[in-house]
Amino acid sequence: MYQVGNLVKELTEKHGRARDSLMPVLQGIVAKHSYLTDEAMVEVAKELDISAAEVYGTASFYTFLDTKERGKYVIRVCKTITCAMKGKSEILEVLEDMLKIKVGETTSDKLFTLMETNCIGWCHKAPAMLINEMPFTELTPERVVEIIKSYMKK
Amino acid sequence: MINLTINDQKIRVPAGTTVLEAAKKLNINIPTLCNHSDLCVAGNCRVCLVELTGARTLIAACAMPVSEGMDIHTNTLKVRNARKHVVELLLSEHRSDCTKCYKNQKCELQALANEFAFGDTIFLDLVEDHPYTIDRSSPSFIKDDSKCIRCQRCVRTCAELQYISAIAVANKGAHQKISSFHDRPMSHVICTNCGQCVNRCPTGALVEKTYIDHVWDAIYDPDKHVVVQTAPAVRVALGEDLGYDPGERVTGKMVTALKQLGFDSVLDTDFSADLTIMEEGTELLFRLKKALVDGDTSIKFPMFTSCSPGWIKFIEHKYPEFLPNLSTCKSPQQMFGALAKTFYAQKKKLDPAKMVSVSIMPCTAKKFEADRPEMRASGFKDIDYVLTTRELAIMIKQAGIDFRNLEPGHYDSIMGESTGAGVIFGATGGVMEAALRTAYEIVTGREVPFQNLNIVPVRGMEGVKEASIKIEGCTSEWKFLEGVELKVAIAHGLTNANEIMRLVRQGKAPYHFVEIMACPGGCIGGGGQPIPTSMEIRKNRMKAIYSEDEHMVLRKSHENPDVIAIYSEFLGKPNSHKSHELLHTHYVERESY
Amino acid sequence: MRHKGLNKVDLIFEKVDLREVLTKAFRMSSEEIIQEILESGLKGRGGAGFPTGLKWKYTAAEKDPDKYVVCNADEGEPGTFKDREILDKVAGKMYGGMAIAGHAIGAKKGIVYLRGEYRFLLPQLMRELESFHAMIAEIGYDFHINYALGSGAYICGEESALFESIEGFRGEPRNKPPYPTTSGVYGKPTSINNVETLVTVLMIIREGAGVYNQLGTKDSRGSKVFSVSGDTPTPGIFELELGMTVQEFVNEFGDGDTKAVQVGGASGFCVPRKRFTDTIIGFEGVPTGGSMKLFNSSRSMYNVLRNYLDFFAEESCGQCTPCRVGCQQLLKGVEKVKKGEVQSSYLNELVKLAETMKIASKCGLGQSVGNAFRTIVENFKEEIIY
Repeated sequence: MYQVGNLVKELTEKHGRARDSLMPVLQGIVAKHSYLTDEAMVEVAKELDISAAEVYGTASFYTFLDTKERGKYVIRVCKTITCAMKGKSEILEVLEDMLKIKVGETTSDKLFTLMETNCIGWCHKAPAMLINEMPFTELTPERVVEIIKSYMKK
Repeated sequence: MINLTINDQKIRVPAGTTVLEAAKKLNINIPTLCNHSDLCVAGNCRVCLVELTGARTLIAACAMPVSEGMDIHTNTLKVRNARKHVVELLLSEHRSDCTKCYKNQKCELQALANEFAFGDTIFLDLVEDHPYTIDRSSPSFIKDDSKCIRCQRCVRTCAELQYISAIAVANKGAHQKISSFHDRPMSHVICTNCGQCVNRCPTGALVEKTYIDHVWDAIYDPDKHVVVQTAPAVRVALGEDLGYDPGERVTGKMVTALKQLGFDSVLDTDFSADLTIMEEGTELLFRLKKALVDGDTSIKFPMFTSCSPGWIKFIEHKYPEFLPNLSTCKSPQQMFGALAKTFYAQKKKLDPAKMVSVSIMPCTAKKFEADRPEMRASGFKDIDYVLTTRELAIMIKQAGIDFRNLEPGHYDSIMGESTGAGVIFGATGGVMEAALRTAYEIVTGREVPFQNLNIVPVRGMEGVKEASIKIEGCTSEWKFLEGVELKVAIAHGLTNANEIMRLVRQGKAPYHFVEIMACPGGCIGGGGQPIPTSMEIRKNRMKAIYSEDEHMVLRKSHENPDVIAIYSEFLGKPNSHKSHELLHTHYVERESY
Repeated sequence: MRHKGLNKVDLIFEKVDLREVLTKAFRMSSEEIIQEILESGLKGRGGAGFPTGLKWKYTAAEKDPDKYVVCNADEGEPGTFKDREILDKVAGKMYGGMAIAGHAIGAKKGIVYLRGEYRFLLPQLMRELESFHAMIAEIGYDFHINYALGSGAYICGEESALFESIEGFRGEPRNKPPYPTTSGVYGKPTSINNVETLVTVLMIIREGAGVYNQLGTKDSRGSKVFSVSGDTPTPGIFELELGMTVQEFVNEFGDGDTKAVQVGGASGFCVPRKRFTDTIIGFEGVPTGGSMKLFNSSRSMYNVLRNYLDFFAEESCGQCTPCRVGCQQLLKGVEKVKKGEVQSSYLNELVKLAETMKIASKCGLGQSVGNAFRTIVENFKEEIIY
């Protein structure tokens, strides 16, 4: 759990307080903290003068606007057909082994969350995954290990 | 005007009419589910699909505006098959334990299933795949997601009519659901318990929490004296659940039925409505005096009425800085409750510990109000059980009472007498009108200057109504009000209330006194009233309320003999110390979500 | 049946002098531009294939002076990745296409709705946008583009869902009519075009409609960028003239063992080997937003179908009954058939359901789930059952 502090205020100063600021504000929070706490959603609701249920309802529509606790790095492995054909399962296994978590879980040090996601637009370089917003493609078990190691060192 | 044909019948309708509305004019019935006359078009259930010649797909009649030359067919094989599929799909997501369901035979999905989907089930059961929850946390209603068909009527009601959005659509795809803020219990969110969603839910997904069995237990307990009170708006709507048309007054039959059900004392909330006028009217005059004569700047205007528990919770959540503006008066239900176990008990020599106080209300929020910790002034829970109009109808049916052939009865004495002023509490503007009838007379010694006491400007279905009365010819005690133009406003439905509150927050509300009722039309459109509801139904109920008023001998609260008696025998005078102990309350600030 | 064979084309990724093209465009009148685009025969490159010139004509005819050009960069169809490449390589041409669209319909404001999955491109896209704004200011033209970002919702590629998302709501498609041309984003007349469409527009203005409509066939003019993936030795992005058969495509991209091609992604059609030669890729045959996925004989078409249905069950917005419940029923249904828990004849019920979804759903998503379902079940029934 993070403290939302002045972040919501800063974001609404930047994007405005009309309804169409909701997405950029939520995206801004997620970019910094990986997910939306209830406190953050309540703050956003107050700033934009909409109901908290509306904020939650909107956020929960979008896969990347997580409302459950996530690690600093959210790994999203593409599960759509080409990635599935080209070894997604093996990639997931490596990640699960390495991070000692299952899909949907977060490491105890809150560094990594492992998720699956739908097509991220790299079918010609499958299998692919996102770590936060960065895509990684043509994954092999070896490459995945390297990538995760580099994130662990960050 | 637009020309089109529906099922080969020609019709001419104004532009902007939907296909559904045009069909209705031809008496062609197109089934609907997500559609509701009080709400914006959704077009999401897809039950109202019809065939438009030349279109690639079927169209939703509720969402399609007519256009010139349209050729519509509502009953082709293609339409029937699609409708059957749609209903079957809805059923596959819906826990169909119909015979046990509170909405059995009152369920719109069940009615459609009966028409389109009887016989063998086509599709696989999906109920087992969903982690459905049943939320019983609210004292007012139950939210059972396994019965929900995602028509979003409740969401639209909460947003459009009530400006609360305590519930919203969450998630997407197979996981889509109607959710409070992050799935919190309904008792722990901004929900006002108004029950407007319950009134509009087509299935058993939102139903009142019923206390019928508790009341039966009390009635059959020989040690208990069960007192019942009936709210003003119940008598003009109860009939609808018992086979009458909307707007039929059934007051006398209702009283007889209550006696036959076994209630020991059948009394009237109208009595405490009159009492509310005495207390609230006096409070208003005192506030004016403090502000105008004593120059007390701590006195806040406008003063708001406090009879509607949905409105109270709304302001506690959304505008807590204006809680000092609320009248401290309890609602008529709670005034009644506090007196039943004190004054009434003394007079009737009853042990209040052995009394059970039941109220019949057009309202689900009253169930919450009765549970508030503040509502124990008598030393006991002032109101033990609140039943809605609908629940009373169920009890009458359960008891096998032939309602239509009942002889009209009379309320019992002491707290059963009422005036027309108390009756009109049931309609938007009624509290205001009742208050003006009394306050004007207190201040001037004369009746309000409106023909036949009917203060027409405060009546009707307009969302926000404004009126002003110039006070002239004051008695010496109230000379400081001479020439003052008393400005009032009335709002019903919380979206309209919110409009007024916005003005108040901006300092742009010039009113002295504002009446707010949480529900559209006031209590006649309450969340506990018979289902269905529509503007037309509410107007009929409203007409009945005013006709009830016109038929009363006494039409001003201060002339109610039971009210006069209780002041002389028990309370002293309005806003006395004892009044404050029993009849007034305070409010709490609540979270904004 | 007239077809063109497989011809590689280089229009979309060709470097152009943007200033020159725009100067030319801004000298043209709105009517001239619309006429040029109409004559080119260009149909929207996002997949639905609505004639671009017609869309502009309708929007231009709207009286409200406050109009929008929206660029749909929410490329989410499984197997489509060509817009990402266009954004990466020639975003300036897309901005140019937006300005031309604005000139044609009378809009001064543009919005690019970029899918969240492509957020990593945003910094470079913003840099390019800055220089684009500077350039058209120099030309003396008034047009301003903003970005709105998605956050992972396939349905936001549907135009009205996309507007809802820009406006800060759940991406739920609206009832139509009204159409975007009269009431689009913020309720204003809006022309919404796909990334590739806008780049194509720029090239049509540069080359002239007469040159462009020489490419392709009567119903499918011009060329198109294809996203090729699956069982192919050469996956990637290729611009090809429209009008080839699936066979010709497979000859070029197949691995010698292709048994089916999924044309148009999860919402498109599965073409089995026996139909390769008589199926044209285009609006006269199987239309596509660019997604071409090849499957060889080692693949289970059950797995393919299951994967697609799982995708739709998750990515349906959930508001309308046929789509929300229908997707779940199709998914659960094929799983039960596969496991032998229901009779294989249940597939017939599911095909009927897919047909209902096609005519009863509120938007294109639900309406097109049946495409893949029907074509896979019909052609590979034994793989679904056994």
